[in-house]
Amino acid sequence: MKRLIPLAAFVVLVVFLGVGLLLDPSKVPSPLIDKPAPAFALPQLHNASETISNSDMRGQVWLFNVWASWCVSCRQEHPLLVELARRNIVPIIGLNYKDERNDAIRWLQDLGNPYTKSGHDIEGRVGMDYGVYGVPETYVIDQQGTIRFKQIGPISPDALQNEILPLIEKLQGI
Amino acid sequence: MNVRDMQLRMDSLVPHTHFRPVPGLLFLGLCLLLTGNVSLAKEAAPMIADPVIEARMAAMGGELRCLVCQGQSIAGSDSGFANDVKKEMRTMMENGRSDSEVVDFLVQRYGDFILFRPPVKGATLLLWAGPFILLGIALLVLFISLKRRGLRASEVSLSNEEIRRAESLLGDDKDGKG
Repeated sequence: MKRLIPLAAFVVLVVFLGVGLLLDPSKVPSPLIDKPAPAFALPQLHNASETISNSDMRGQVWLFNVWASWCVSCRQEHPLLVELARRNIVPIIGLNYKDERNDAIRWLQDLGNPYTKSGHDIEGRVGMDYGVYGVPETYVIDQQGTIRFKQIGPISPDALQNEILPLIEKLQGI
Repeated sequence: MNVRDMQLRMDSLVPHTHFRPVPGLLFLGLCLLLTGNVSLAKEAAPMIADPVIEARMAAMGGELRCLVCQGQSIAGSDSGFANDVKKEMRTMMENGRSDSEVVDFLVQRYGDFILFRPPVKGATLLLWAGPFILLGIALLVLFISLKRRGLRASEVSLSNEEIRRAESLLGDDKDGKG
């Protein structure tokens, strides 16, 4: 019994350190999960005289994807979004974050445009309301306008298949 | 150009000599108007730092974590994220918002993680109380083991023969020479 105590303490320590190693410190849990999506109204990327707002999307499940032409990881994520848009499962609204309009439009021309619409957030003010700190970020927002999920960094095929799509299906089924 | 030159020049523009005092007054008014404008322009300049706001920024910025460069504070980082947050904080302070309103604004968006000192609440209770709990356990273990050792020492009893031997061995030290 006496000899088991240091061993037990050691095992506990190893478990704590092991869990600590597996956590990704760059992924900060968002306080906005299960909260109403912050309101915004932005000029559209392709048509500055028209706006896109969160209230336009009420009544449907939608993805809100933060992207920019200067963002390297967005390029990595992009084919996945194009493929998702082609399958027509869920509308994807883009938040073009702190980007030049012409650069952004050219980027979409070159790589394909998966977005139903994109808002042009040149100041990054809407991004701040959504707690954006690393582009790309993606939010799943439900019919009532509540944020249900946040992906920080590019969506991996695994996260799309095992987390995002099942969640969308579940939300759409309600 | 001095006042006299200006007066002479304006005089020449005014044909009626009985208006003589007027150009002087006009000039004075013009001067006041111009200096007034200059001071207004200075007030409107956005880049002049308000020392009170800068002091608040310095005090608060060190308590906030930069989320993209997590070892650094918002004050100590020059990343795009930190600069955006600093800009927003200054704007809020210029609009008369208090320190706690500014912190609440940031926590609402980025969570408690942006604070270097997490608040005491359910999820962080173990974090705050943990060291004290560990200290308590250590003291308890120390107390119990000391008590056990004390008991064991008193259990050892000496026979009369042993006591006599011990006394004779210690006897040399009785006068303190040894």
